[in-house]
Amino acid sequence: MKRRPFDPRLLRRVPAARRDLAVLALLGVLAAGLIVAQATALAAVLATAIDGRLDRPALAAFVVTVAARSALVWAQGTVSARVAATVKAALRADLLGAVGRHGPGWVAGQRAGQIATLAGRGLDALDAYFTGYLPQLVLSVTVPLAVLARVVFADWSSALIIALTLPLIPVFGALLGWQAQAATERQWRRLSLLGGHFLDMVAGLPTLRAFGRARAQTEVVRRMADGHRVATMKTLRIAFLSALVLELVATLSVALVAVPVGIRLLGGGLALQTALLVLLLTPEAYLPLRAAGSRFHASMEGLAALDEALTISAAPTAPRAAEGAAVPDARRDIRFEGVTVAYERTTALRDVTLTIRAGERIAIIGPSGAGKSTLLGLLLGFVTPTSGRITVDGVDLATADPDAWRRQLAWVPQRAHLFAASLADNIRLGAPDTTPDALAAAVHDAALDDVVAGLPDGLDTLLGERGHGLSSGQRQRLALARAFLRAAPVVLLDEPTARLDTAAEAVVLDATRRLVAGRTALLVAHRPALLADADRILRVEDGRVTELTPEPTGKVAR
Amino acid sequence: MSTAHGSAPVDTAPAGRTAAERAVLRLARPYLGRLVGAGLLAAATEFAGLALMATATWLLMSAAGQPPLDRLTVAIVAVRALAISRGVFRYSERLAGHDAVLRMITDVRARVFATLAARRGTAHRSGDVLSRLVSDVEAVQDLLLRVLVPGSAAALVGVLAVAVAALISLPAAGALAVGLLVAGVALPALATAVTRRSAAQVAPLRGALATDAIDLTHGAADLAAFGATDATLRAATQRARRLARLERRLAATGFAVDAAGVLTAGLTAAAVVLAALAADVSGVLVGVLAVGALAAVEVTLALVTAARQWTQLRPGLARVADLLEAGTATAPPTAGMTDLVGPHELRFLDVTVRYRTGAAPALDGVSLDLPPGRRIAVVGPSGAGKSTLAAVLTGAVRPVSGRVTLDGHDLSAYAEEALPRAVGGLLAEAYVFHATVRENLLLGRAGADEEALTAATAAAGLLEWVRAQPAGWDTLVGEEGGQLSGGQRQRLALARALLAAPPVLVLDEPTEGLDPAAADAVLASTLAATPAGHSVLLISHRLSGLAELDEIVVLDGGRVIQRGRHADLVASPGWYRDQWLLQAAAERGYLALAP
Repeated sequence: MKRRPFDPRLLRRVPAARRDLAVLALLGVLAAGLIVAQATALAAVLATAIDGRLDRPALAAFVVTVAARSALVWAQGTVSARVAATVKAALRADLLGAVGRHGPGWVAGQRAGQIATLAGRGLDALDAYFTGYLPQLVLSVTVPLAVLARVVFADWSSALIIALTLPLIPVFGALLGWQAQAATERQWRRLSLLGGHFLDMVAGLPTLRAFGRARAQTEVVRRMADGHRVATMKTLRIAFLSALVLELVATLSVALVAVPVGIRLLGGGLALQTALLVLLLTPEAYLPLRAAGSRFHASMEGLAALDEALTISAAPTAPRAAEGAAVPDARRDIRFEGVTVAYERTTALRDVTLTIRAGERIAIIGPSGAGKSTLLGLLLGFVTPTSGRITVDGVDLATADPDAWRRQLAWVPQRAHLFAASLADNIRLGAPDTTPDALAAAVHDAALDDVVAGLPDGLDTLLGERGHGLSSGQRQRLALARAFLRAAPVVLLDEPTARLDTAAEAVVLDATRRLVAGRTALLVAHRPALLADADRILRVEDGRVTELTPEPTGKVAR
Repeated sequence: MSTAHGSAPVDTAPAGRTAAERAVLRLARPYLGRLVGAGLLAAATEFAGLALMATATWLLMSAAGQPPLDRLTVAIVAVRALAISRGVFRYSERLAGHDAVLRMITDVRARVFATLAARRGTAHRSGDVLSRLVSDVEAVQDLLLRVLVPGSAAALVGVLAVAVAALISLPAAGALAVGLLVAGVALPALATAVTRRSAAQVAPLRGALATDAIDLTHGAADLAAFGATDATLRAATQRARRLARLERRLAATGFAVDAAGVLTAGLTAAAVVLAALAADVSGVLVGVLAVGALAAVEVTLALVTAARQWTQLRPGLARVADLLEAGTATAPPTAGMTDLVGPHELRFLDVTVRYRTGAAPALDGVSLDLPPGRRIAVVGPSGAGKSTLAAVLTGAVRPVSGRVTLDGHDLSAYAEEALPRAVGGLLAEAYVFHATVRENLLLGRAGADEEALTAATAAAGLLEWVRAQPAGWDTLVGEEGGQLSGGQRQRLALARALLAAPPVLVLDEPTEGLDPAAADAVLASTLAATPAGHSVLLISHRLSGLAELDEIVVLDGGRVIQRGRHADLVASPGWYRDQWLLQAAAERGYLALAP
């Protein structure tokens, strides 16, 4: 994984950072000038001091340049931190915005975790890149140039030595970098396997204990950790070679400059002030390159996060229906016309044609993974048909305004997400302006009263990430309360009683019956208890939908 | 939606407490020699750099007096030698330091694991806590490599520089000492305070933003379905901007310390020149002192970086220390009976369990008898005490009264590691390791042959899947079994329990996550695969497939409310018959629908 030190996409995606980056470059030029000025002043001070005299103006100049450099260091840090903060805020907004733009179908599964980590703490790794590496990268261009320019005027032969040795740093750095990279890649799989092993073992401790293997495994952990050490050291022996060469080039060039200059001084062919200036400036030429090199590794994590964020937020979006698009009336028939949904590896639904008449209660059964949830996802607009279409009131859902359409749906998912907000706000998710009375009614309808009574702050109790957790049954009832408040003509329920024991199931079932009364309802049922009230039963298997009647004497299938 | 965030955990360690560092350093004792060696090499590296510049300055300023060449020979050789040695020192220092620290980390990992392994009945840990544990262990590594080794090297070079300066001129050495104290003590202290304060201010906002990110991604479907995406996105974006404003403000303070470092280096050099000239030091040495002072202060400024690192590492170090502290307090492996030849009889005698004193009992006077070959099921609504019963069996929870005996002896009389050979099986939260299918299975019984693997996997209904994989038994199952579906994971865990085949087999919800038809098939094949003479304790919330069992125990509120065979329980009024009728009626309808 070779990464460029600067990702040009950044300038396009975060234009607000351009100005600060330009300032950073300007500060780099100023810093280079000040380094030359400081060395010039110090050389003058020392050349006078050899006679025991103090060159007051030169010392004053030295102190002034030092003060200016100090101010510049502050400015560089502050500006680079500004860039970091700006870029992070912009990328966070981009990433989370991409989630909103693409919709839940895109973000489902692994990508959700990836984006959550990235937008949360992942991007903070960019601090090290922007405040540590990038300013040094700028200096590693400006300072060597400034030093060379000054030394050429002072003593061209020393300048020649610097000019010849300086490129050795990036050249050797790159050569060793490749070498180390090849070695690292060979080791990487092994390293990550060994590194992950510890985590895996700790996570599986209860299971190890259940088989009486926990203590015995300590030796394995030690052995694996030791293997990790040996493998790491092998990589480091090569990786650190670059440090050795970089140090050697920098220090040896000081010797290469200092010794001939000293001998020419002996012969009187050079002024002491010039000689001192050359000596003081020579190491400065190498310093930023080495500093950038040593910080590159620490900023890799940030660069990786940056790359990931830019790639994710640039993913193309499917065109979305324009504002003011048609809004079908959900109180009419819903028709699936030859709908096929194919994912990358599987086909979830094959050529499904069916009509859902207004006010019907339809149960959907079938083995897990057969495509039941996909049916609901299609209606919610989370999934788009690969071929065929869904029409409501004659309007193709693909061309309808999704927000206005969803406003007519109430959805009870298998496992509702608890937001880091109060219980009340969690229930009011789709209707933030609900009156307390309406909220109380929804709480009552969803049989949540006893849950509210049992929480420390009642409806104001914080739920979610850092708040209170709810049991599966309570969570399901919360989702039902959300649906009650939605007061929508169509209700979609995805296995509302999965993972519940019979007592909890009875409560949820009761509430579910109240919810579906008088509405069109599609109900994915894993448990048989839900089938009793259905007008029609659809069986989904292997992507195909067949219709069944709930009892032999009931209505006959189409 | 208005999100209200509670107080997020602030990543700041309590000030003025170094107990964690001391605890960690105690672990470093076996490697002290290596660490001191690395520290000395680091000091030698920095000192070589300093000496190179000082000697080169001496060389030039002496040469200006045009002495005979042989008076400069030593300096010329020294300059070349120092130039080469610095690189060599640096390379050896980095290797030696990493070697010592990685050796120690091996110890730390093993100890942390042993401590966790010795805890009985550890609760399930979330992924976050686990990955934090891993990064905490890495904090120990950083403490040594990035704080202690470079910090002590910088301090050593500082002291050495003052000592050498004192040989030349005491006033100059005094000026240098003041500069080094500012760079090596005052500024690091300041950096620590600033870093700690910034972390305390930033942490709650970062935590809230992380929560926003989770809400927007994991809750994306809920938000979209209820039209709340835009509002939540706006709130999160605003928070990200607020964080950016705060970070910009804090950076201005943080980098003031770095600026002060540059100023200190320059001013110290100037002060040294003034002091040396006033003390009539020879001109050549004034130059050496000035250049040396500049270099020495720059070396000492490494302590500022070290102090910042240290501040960031402290919370992790404290957690590692706490964990290891707790480890020394846990008992060594219980030396109990290891003689566990079957057949076994397991009995619960009037067992009562309370998780907290004063709380309602989780199990209340439960008695069970499980002689060899008997198969019983424990059923009941959630919260009835089923999982507590399983926890008591494995020794994770101890009864407050009553006894659990195996062959007449208390369970606690048996060695902890030996007990699973007699009593065990599929427990809640069965973990699938990031390893091959075979390795996961062999955890149940090391050295099981292909035939045994096949039988157990077939009974759990996973054999077809294994055969369909190109790598077969050697198929790698992903992290936490991620490449398996929930049902396949459950089947793998069940197969492992069947392979272990302890004489008293405990099955806690073996068909969780399977649909009814599959659940019935797996339960039947599992019971059929259990050898005669082995007893089975099945914990289930489903009532289907229990007709063949010798006894069914119904728990509710921790008490046994009904017990008997399926046929009898169905015939008499009570919870079991109600639930059975409810489920059976519905399932008949359901099954009748199947083609």
